[in-house]
Amino acid sequence: MGGLESVFFDSEILIVAGAGGVGKTTIAAALGIAAAESGTNKVLVLTVDPAKRLADALGLVGLSSHANRVDPIQLNQAIGHEVPGELYVAMLDAKSSWDELIKRHAPDAITRDKILSNPIYKNISSRFVQSHDYIAMESLYELYISNAYDLIVIDTPPSRHAIDFLDAPVKMADFFSSKLLKWLTLPARNRLLMGAFKPFYQIADKILGAQFLSDVADFFLLFQSMYDGFIVRARSVSKILESPSTQFVVVSSPEAAPMQEAEFFISAINQRHLNLAQMVVNRTLPDYFRDPGSIFVAHKLQDNFEQIAKDFLVKGKKLKYISETDLPPGRLEALVERVFLEISGSFLNFSEVALQEAAEISKLAVDEEMITLIPHLNFDISDLNSLGKVAVHLCSSQSPFTI
Amino acid sequence: MSDSLDRSIGLLDRSLVFITGKGGVGKSSVTAALGLIASRAGKKTLICEVDAKGDVARLFDSEPADFDPIEIRDNLYLMSMDTEAALREYLRIFLRLSMVSKLGPLAKTFDFVANAAPGVQEVLVVGKLCYEVKESNYDLILVDASSTGHIVSQLASPKGISELVKLGMVKDQIKWMEEILYEPSVTSVIVVATPAETPVNEALELASKIDSDTDVHLGALVVNKVMPELFSKAEEEFFSSLRDEKSLAVFAKAVSGDVTSLLNGSAAALEMRRTAEPHIERILEVSDKIHVALLPLMFGIGSGLRLVRDLAEALSAEWDDLLWVD
Repeated sequence: MGGLESVFFDSEILIVAGAGGVGKTTIAAALGIAAAESGTNKVLVLTVDPAKRLADALGLVGLSSHANRVDPIQLNQAIGHEVPGELYVAMLDAKSSWDELIKRHAPDAITRDKILSNPIYKNISSRFVQSHDYIAMESLYELYISNAYDLIVIDTPPSRHAIDFLDAPVKMADFFSSKLLKWLTLPARNRLLMGAFKPFYQIADKILGAQFLSDVADFFLLFQSMYDGFIVRARSVSKILESPSTQFVVVSSPEAAPMQEAEFFISAINQRHLNLAQMVVNRTLPDYFRDPGSIFVAHKLQDNFEQIAKDFLVKGKKLKYISETDLPPGRLEALVERVFLEISGSFLNFSEVALQEAAEISKLAVDEEMITLIPHLNFDISDLNSLGKVAVHLCSSQSPFTI
Repeated sequence: MSDSLDRSIGLLDRSLVFITGKGGVGKSSVTAALGLIASRAGKKTLICEVDAKGDVARLFDSEPADFDPIEIRDNLYLMSMDTEAALREYLRIFLRLSMVSKLGPLAKTFDFVANAAPGVQEVLVVGKLCYEVKESNYDLILVDASSTGHIVSQLASPKGISELVKLGMVKDQIKWMEEILYEPSVTSVIVVATPAETPVNEALELASKIDSDTDVHLGALVVNKVMPELFSKAEEEFFSSLRDEKSLAVFAKAVSGDVTSLLNGSAAALEMRRTAEPHIERILEVSDKIHVALLPLMFGIGSGLRLVRDLAEALSAEWDDLLWVD
C-alpha cells in the first residue's frame, strides 16, 4: 500500500485543485474509483464540468446535482475484479444549487419568490464566476452534513486562480456584512438619511441610471433578510475546509506554468494550516527518457547515423525485412538512415522535455513521498476502464526520481 | 457555425483580436507569437493579458506588466487588465472625476460595482479594450483572453448590460462598444485547442456558442502542440520490423549500445500522434467553415522567446495569406 491509500481512510473530504487543463476531473474520478477499490464504503465524486464522454462513462445524466451510483457490474468489469466500495457521482449545477440555498434561507415564501424572480439574482446565480466557487463549497457542505458518504471527492471549479474557492465562503460572508450593502439598501429605507452617501449616488446614478440602481438595492434588501442564515452558513463551510478530515490533492501537469500555480496553491495550503494529502503530477513522460545511457546512445546514433545504417545493413543482411524488401539498395539505405535519424532525434527531443519536467518536479516544496506521478497515457481517458488504469497509478506510488 | 471564411480582410488587419481556449492549451504563447508577427510587420501592437498570470510577460522575458502598458519590444506593448484600474480610468475620463477620493475608499465602491452589478467586471474589461480601439491608440490589440468558461460572458456583456441598464450614460457607451465589438472587420476571436478530447470539445462548443450567443466574428481555430508525424508509411514499416528480437540485437550491435529505450520512445511518439489524430480530424471537419491552423509541438523549447519565435514562424507559414491582405 502506498501513495494515496492511507489518505482514503483518514479523510472524509478530498478537494482536488489545480490549474485549468491539468486533468483535475479525471484525477478526481480516478481517486473515487481508487477509494472504492481500497475498501471505502460509500464514495461520492462531485464534479463541476466533466467532459461529455467522461460524464457518460460515469453515468452522469443531464444537468443534475442528484447523485447517481456508478453501475457496480460495469465498474467491476472495468476494473477487472470485485470493487468492494460503492461509487457515486454527482455534477454540480450552480443555478439550481443557488435556488436551493435561497429556498432554505428565505424567511417566507414571498421573499423567496421575489428573490428567485429578481433579474439581478438570476444573473448572479448563473453567470457570476465567484458565485460558482461559493456554491461549490456550499454544495460540498450540504453533502457532508448529510452523512450519506464516507468520502467525498470534489473537483474544484475552473477559477481564475486555483486558490479562489478557498476564500469564497469568507468573501461571501464579507459581502453580506459589508457596509456597502447598508449604503445600497439605505435609500430604499430612508432617502432623507442618505446625505453622507450623496456623491456616491450621484455618480452611480449618472453612470448606471436610477432604475438599475434601485433594482440592485431591491435585490440586496431582499437578500438582507437572509443575512444571518448566510453568515452562519458561510462560517460553517469555512470550518469544514479547515477540518483535519478534509485533505487537499493538488494536481498539475509537469509544465512550468501550471506547476507554478500548484506551488502557489501548496504554499497557500500551508499558510492556512490546511492539509495537503498529495501532489499529483499528471501526464509525465516515462523515466527512460532521462536515462543517461540511452541519451548517450541517442546522441551516438544521431551523430553517426550514416555509418550505423551501413553497419546495420551489413550485419542484418539476413533479417526478414532486409532480405524481403523490394527497395533498391540505395533507397533502402536512405530509408534506414532517415528512420535512425528520426528515432534518435525524437528521443532527444523527448529527453529534453523529460529533463525539464524532472527539474520542475524537483522544485516543488513537498516531501518526495507526497508526490505521485501519473504517466502520460497513450489513450483518451473517457471510460471506466481507462479511469481504472489512472486509479492504479494513483495507488502505486512511484518515487519521482527513480533514474 | 456561420461561414467565417472571409478572405477580404486579414486576421491581423483587424483592430481587436481575442485569443481564447481551455486552460493549458497555450493561449498565451499563441497570443505572443501573433504579437511578434504583427509588431515585426510594423504594426503598433498591444497585448492585453486578462487573467493577469504574467505568462506573456514571461514568454518575452519581460517584467510583469501593469494596467499601464509597457513597451517590451519595438512596436509591441503589454498591459495586464485590472478592472479596478479600468473603473478608475473610466470615472476619470467620462466624469472628469478627480473627486474619486471623495467617494470614500474606491475599493469599496468597486466591490459594489463588481459584485453587485452583474456583468460589470466583464463590461469594464471589454469597455477598456474597445476604448483603446476607439481612440486608435494602437493598430492592433491582441487579447490573451479568459479561458473558454468566461469569454462568452465577456463578449456578450454589452448586450447583457444594456438589458439591465435602461438609462444613464452607460447605455450610450454600450452603443459604441457594440459597434466595435460586433463589427467583423474590426474585431475577431481565435479559439485555441490542443488535439485532445476536452480541449477540442470546448473549442468546438465555444465556436458555436460565440456564433449563437454573441455577434462577435469568429476568426479561426488553432490546434496547438500537434505531435508531428514521425515516419512515412514505408519508414514506419521498417521501424516496426526493428522491434523483433533479432533486429533489435543487430541494431544494438551497429550502435554498440542498448537501443530498447530509443525504440520505446519512438513507439510512444507514434502512439501519441495516433491518440491525437481523431481530435485533429474533428477540428478539420469544420475547416470548410472556419480557418484552421495546426501548430507543431515545440520540443524542448520550454518557454521563452525561442518558443514565441518558432511559433510565430509556424503560424506565418501556416497562415501565409490569412494574416493580412495588403
